[in-house]
Amino acid sequence: MTDKRTENLATRRDILASAGSLVGGGLVSGLGLATISVAQAQVQSTPAAMALAIRKIAGEATVTPGKVKLDLPPLSENGNSVSLTVSVDSPMTPANHVKAIHVVTEKNPQPYVISVRLGPRAGQANISTRMRLSDTQIVVAIAEMSDGSFWSDTRTVIVTLGACLEDLI
Amino acid sequence: MARALINVPAKAKRGEIITIKTLISHVMETGFRHNQIGVKIPRDIITSFACTYNGEEIFQADLYPAITANPFIAFTTIATESGTIAFTWRGDNGFSVAESVNITIE
Amino acid sequence: MSANRKRTRWLAAAAVLLVLAAVVSAHAEIPLAERRSSYADLAPETKAMQDDDTSNPGMLAVLDGEALWKTKAGNAGRACADCHADARVSMKGVAARYPAFEPALSRPVNLEQRINICRTERQQAQPFAYESKDLLALTAFVGLQSRGLPIAPPADARLRPFLDAGRETFNRRLGQLNLSCGQCHDDNWGKRLVGNIIPQAHPNGYPLYRLEWQSIGSLQRRLRNCMIGLRAEPYEYGAPEYVSLELYLMWRARGLPVETPAVRP
Repeated sequence: MTDKRTENLATRRDILASAGSLVGGGLVSGLGLATISVAQAQVQSTPAAMALAIRKIAGEATVTPGKVKLDLPPLSENGNSVSLTVSVDSPMTPANHVKAIHVVTEKNPQPYVISVRLGPRAGQANISTRMRLSDTQIVVAIAEMSDGSFWSDTRTVIVTLGACLEDLI
Repeated sequence: MARALINVPAKAKRGEIITIKTLISHVMETGFRHNQIGVKIPRDIITSFACTYNGEEIFQADLYPAITANPFIAFTTIATESGTIAFTWRGDNGFSVAESVNITIE
Repeated sequence: MSANRKRTRWLAAAAVLLVLAAVVSAHAEIPLAERRSSYADLAPETKAMQDDDTSNPGMLAVLDGEALWKTKAGNAGRACADCHADARVSMKGVAARYPAFEPALSRPVNLEQRINICRTERQQAQPFAYESKDLLALTAFVGLQSRGLPIAPPADARLRPFLDAGRETFNRRLGQLNLSCGQCHDDNWGKRLVGNIIPQAHPNGYPLYRLEWQSIGSLQRRLRNCMIGLRAEPYEYGAPEYVSLELYLMWRARGLPVETPAVRP
């Protein structure tokens, strides 16, 4: 509850700030607005950060679109919980299987979502989880195969903006 | 202790691919939120999850703050033999929960 | 969640509410045949989350509640189960008929308050704090025993003045936005308020897991959210005004199936 409460107060300040910006900044000091924008800049991931994360996952290897299927609702009711399933077309034999699956995003505060390791004992490459999305953005799933190749699938999720939120004051 | 909800079929045929679903209570505080005086709320998340089947690791996951509160993870495995499927969640602030279920192969 | 996103959401919501306030006229109660749970408006993946007990995070609270049901507490050293035995039998239908009249207090109490009365009087233990993990857990566990049963408010003449008071609160304009509950939930249900479909506001799934909360919460927490959204001063948790409003909402939702623990966005 404490966390909610403290977050709420910050939210109220943001509302005042946005109200101020609408009427020409008359209601809120310039200092307040500057503080908020700096805070946002520090926690925003970027497409570049996602590209770097993909590079760290795949190293020098080429990541090719295909074999991977990322299932996400195109429209999410609430960014706090977005269901996703990643399945990979693979026989999952000792000689030919998926070694790892990674999910990364473009605009969350950081690009990483989940990295899993699996193998032939999985029988099939199919995992599900739920993720947070801070905003409408691109999500990428990457599969690392036993032969060293990397495959991917990309989806855009629109996070709808609800009207009825927890404690605005 | 944190509550975990695990769904594994009690019985399966040898060689059958079974789905394992897990849910565990955890706030997954991201570490990116601030309180009213601008102080960052410390990160408190589950960072790793692992599943073993009769002692052998069959699935492992690294979790990040982008995973929802009360993490849900579902995956598959081939039912090979009767025995124990065990789960471990570890995280910030010494968080550690272990659970296990039995499976019978017909 | 980014501050930017919240700001955008709030501004959009405020704008829609202001437009809404300008166009609404006197409203009528929703005909019984048109009443429906807001489950009907959920996205398929949210429905799936509620439908499968092994993926519904509200079930984590139910499991906690089941453990509490069997735990001895207080100076009496008694567990709920020592008096009420198997909750699947003894608690079946209970959540569907609360709030109920409590003669000792000469007013209705909701399920949470009923649990706390048991706790203080029978178990001689400290009452649980409102909205605490334990009270939500026990309420969710008791609520689950009525899942699928129709909401059946008691035909108790002593409840009448409280039901009327709840209806009056529902239809009274509140807060700086000067809107009543009914203006959204009777007159404009099914329309969109920013990304949300305005629900009919039936209390048939509480305590429920709300994605916005990232946790389970009570009906009073939801009512508090609504009041704050209207820029009204919320009542304290457990206030008689909330209980009367709960009573009216349950009467208004009579016949709808209990879904506890429901999942909502």
